Amino acid sequence: MAYPYTHEKEVRVLSRGWGDPTTRTLEGWKALGGYEALAKALKMERTQVIEEVKSSGLRGRGGAGFPTGVKWSFMPKEKKGPHYLCCNADESEPGTFKDRELLRWTPHQVIEGCLIGAYAIQADHVYIYCRGEFFETTQILARAVEEAYEAGYIGKDILGSGHSIDVTVFAGAGAYICGEETALMNSLEGRRGLPRIKPPFPAAVGAFGQPTTINNVETLCAVPHIITNGGEWYRQWGTEKSSGTKLFCVSGHVRRPGNYELPLGFPMDELIYDVCGGFQDGRSLKAVIPGGSSVPILSAQECESCTLDYEGVVEAGSMLGCASVIIMDDTTNIVKQVRRMVDFYAHESCGQCTPCREGTQWLSRILVRIENGRGTEEDLDTLLELGEQMTGTTICVLSDSAAAPVASSIEKFRDDYLALIRRGEKVGAA
Amino acid sequence: MADTKTPQETITLTIDGQEVTVPKGTTLLQAAEVMGNRVPHYCYHPGLSAPAQCRLCLVEVEGAPKLQPSCVTAAQDGQVVHTESQKATAMRQGVLEFYLANHPLDCPICDQSGECKLQDYVHAEGRKHGRSREPKRVFGRDDFGGDVLFYGDRCVMCTRCVRFMNEKAQDPRLTVVERGNRSVIDTFFEEGLAGSPYAGNVVDICPVGALVSKDFLHKARAWDLDHTPSICPNCSQGCNIDLHVRDNRIQRLKPRANHEVNEFWMCDYGRHRYEWMNREDRLEIPTYKSGGEVRPADWGTVLKELSERLEDARPVQAVASPFASTEDLGALRRLVDALGGGDVVFRSPRAAEEIPLPGFEKLARRRDLAPNVRGAEIQGMERVGDDDGKGGLDDLSGHTGTLIVLGDELTDLGEDFGAQSSLFIYLGAHPTAGAHQADFHLPMTTFAEQEGTFINVEGRVQRFWPGVEATGAARPAWMILGALLNRIEGTEIPSVAADAFVATAGTTPELQGLSYADLGSRGAVINEPVALPGS
Repeated sequence: MAYPYTHEKEVRVLSRGWGDPTTRTLEGWKALGGYEALAKALKMERTQVIEEVKSSGLRGRGGAGFPTGVKWSFMPKEKKGPHYLCCNADESEPGTFKDRELLRWTPHQVIEGCLIGAYAIQADHVYIYCRGEFFETTQILARAVEEAYEAGYIGKDILGSGHSIDVTVFAGAGAYICGEETALMNSLEGRRGLPRIKPPFPAAVGAFGQPTTINNVETLCAVPHIITNGGEWYRQWGTEKSSGTKLFCVSGHVRRPGNYELPLGFPMDELIYDVCGGFQDGRSLKAVIPGGSSVPILSAQECESCTLDYEGVVEAGSMLGCASVIIMDDTTNIVKQVRRMVDFYAHESCGQCTPCREGTQWLSRILVRIENGRGTEEDLDTLLELGEQMTGTTICVLSDSAAAPVASSIEKFRDDYLALIRRGEKVGAA
Repeated sequence: MADTKTPQETITLTIDGQEVTVPKGTTLLQAAEVMGNRVPHYCYHPGLSAPAQCRLCLVEVEGAPKLQPSCVTAAQDGQVVHTESQKATAMRQGVLEFYLANHPLDCPICDQSGECKLQDYVHAEGRKHGRSREPKRVFGRDDFGGDVLFYGDRCVMCTRCVRFMNEKAQDPRLTVVERGNRSVIDTFFEEGLAGSPYAGNVVDICPVGALVSKDFLHKARAWDLDHTPSICPNCSQGCNIDLHVRDNRIQRLKPRANHEVNEFWMCDYGRHRYEWMNREDRLEIPTYKSGGEVRPADWGTVLKELSERLEDARPVQAVASPFASTEDLGALRRLVDALGGGDVVFRSPRAAEEIPLPGFEKLARRRDLAPNVRGAEIQGMERVGDDDGKGGLDDLSGHTGTLIVLGDELTDLGEDFGAQSSLFIYLGAHPTAGAHQADFHLPMTTFAEQEGTFINVEGRVQRFWPGVEATGAARPAWMILGALLNRIEGTEIPSVAADAFVATAGTTPELQGLSYADLGSRGAVINEPVALPGS
């Protein structure tokens, strides 16, 4: 059997080759057509590369969903100093595990994407910022970078094109906040991983004070395929505004959790009951967090007609984020789940901004109290108000992310809270 | 604030319904300040970079989706800004509540109480009752070394102290350790701030009671202190300071902003040398010797006696002090000249080297450890003695004419000093063995008790004001000498320091053209200034 779970409805573009250790090697990757896209891109004009990516409709896979080609076009046209491309491999959002798989099964895919991106934005240097806990992954990637250097895909005068690009694999020290692009740059520079105030935006003043673009691993992995096959080809999947395929990281109470590469716009119902095999006997859907822990929670009802594309999930009342679908069945104690998520944010807050530093911990403490049956109904009002005070008042959006699940869970699962408050009872099987 | 020397493009915006015109590049916070509207803030400090992390200075800008940090947002032409709108005040109230979530509220035992920005802001705009019922996080107290004590629980994490050490002292000894709610200011290893010559400033810029001075710990409540603008007397930099006084005693010195001299800072050397101003062994009553007997008397009697005896006791030699004011020194010069002229010398302690503040080049603890060396020099007074401010008076000990000592404490001299002189006049604040032979002991005020000016190393004439009341019958030397000159020459007795300054300026070329009013609170530079780095 191939990679842990696969499904016939999958469209395996990026995940092609997963489960086969030979794709990790340069030979294996070349056997799948690797580095052909790079060769093709280097023969194209930079602007053509950007136009091709624009025409594909590819949107950033790190969570924000910003069109990649447009992002690249923000970089200065005239180069005054070095430009940098940062590949954001600091994948730490709870529920997300797609970049790790891309890096450990197809490191050359990542490298090829990085090189094409770097070429498009005139970057001299690519930094692949790996999450600190990705020990094995980082090693695999570093080995692949060495291979690619030896084969002449990285370094001086790549494939005789006259263009030189270097690639550095950088291991973080284990902080969620370093996945925020400006904190990532600070960390890369050897500073504390604190998000920077924007403006200036990275395309103007980024890493080491130079114009910089930061792209997610999955975004860059899609680029070689778009270059090889064209933007129109990529649009055959997905919707008008959300084109292409997306890796869905499914976790929670389903029979077959895992990574599934599906076209955007895929129905949530089908994902849960068909692709992932549904719930254990006698259990039913209670809630879904569709895009990683930072997005509002969806009730079972809201999931019914939800399609998994950027617009579809917003319509349902949440966000696609990085498509990390956390599925919870009716045994779930929502308060406990929310508390665990808030704990995560309290632990990962960088501590710069007051609302986040104090607010995340305060939310967590109130939730612990409610969970232990010592909460009051006023606590719910306090939680909501604190959430409001934490939204839109900080440098980055970690604070907003911590507040979002609290507010949405109180709105949609108030009964879970009230049951704990009124009788001090546990809800669900816990 | 933007450079004011070159003509600048200006922009006009509306803040809280009022139009204000400011130079381009001014931040919203500064623009609001121009109108006298102080937007609450912690992390922003005019002398440091702004990280925009306290989130207290957020204001509503029409057209912007979110509230904007006014400390880093540049004002734009035609912008409409609200600092007091419902949205902005609600947000501030929220942020203030977050600050109190873990704050110990130990105001009754906190030194900052009364001058605490957390107290002020919460009192002005905070919620009546906090909603936090959760246990508070506890860090406890930490000795940061030097004079600095750290109360982690009171900290608002504005990181001003860290940035001061990084940017101004350029001696990064403080940092933030840990993250999120566990983040706290800490030192590296055991050394801490000990030995860092400007570390005391972190106490001043701490907006709350997190960093406090060990020296001042539990000494006085902020609201009991009177603040008097003054000049640091401990070196020739002339840092602008405030004397903080309670019970007629100086309790501490705090820097006062002057962008031409010390920006917002002062060195620890100067800061911690104030106890001498509180010395209680003082000359209190004027005395004169008559028939080998020391007689206390009122000023009129003593000066009458003195002026009579001055008539036939020439030539004159004098010792001045660089701790005396420009007016005192000018009066001494005029007196010596009126008596037929003579040498005036002064002694000044000197340090081996300067101690600069790297982040503000104009400021250094200067070599001359006295405030008015320049003031003595422009009176043609000559420096003698060694770097301890001792010696150099051997020639004088055999002087047989009139000997006048003003301010110099003669600490290195014995009871026989001046025994040969026919008339020995001692003007000083404290009794000293060196003045044992003096025929006249005239009690003068210290700089802290009088008004006057010092001239700093650059040549900047700066005013200071009396912060404590004079002891006994002590008077400023310019007044004593002015009364004497009145008896000798019939010149008018100066009744206020301004008159004394005018009299001095009239006989001193370097001061000509300067009026007392010109000096203001920033000082003015004399006609032959010294160029300092960074100016």
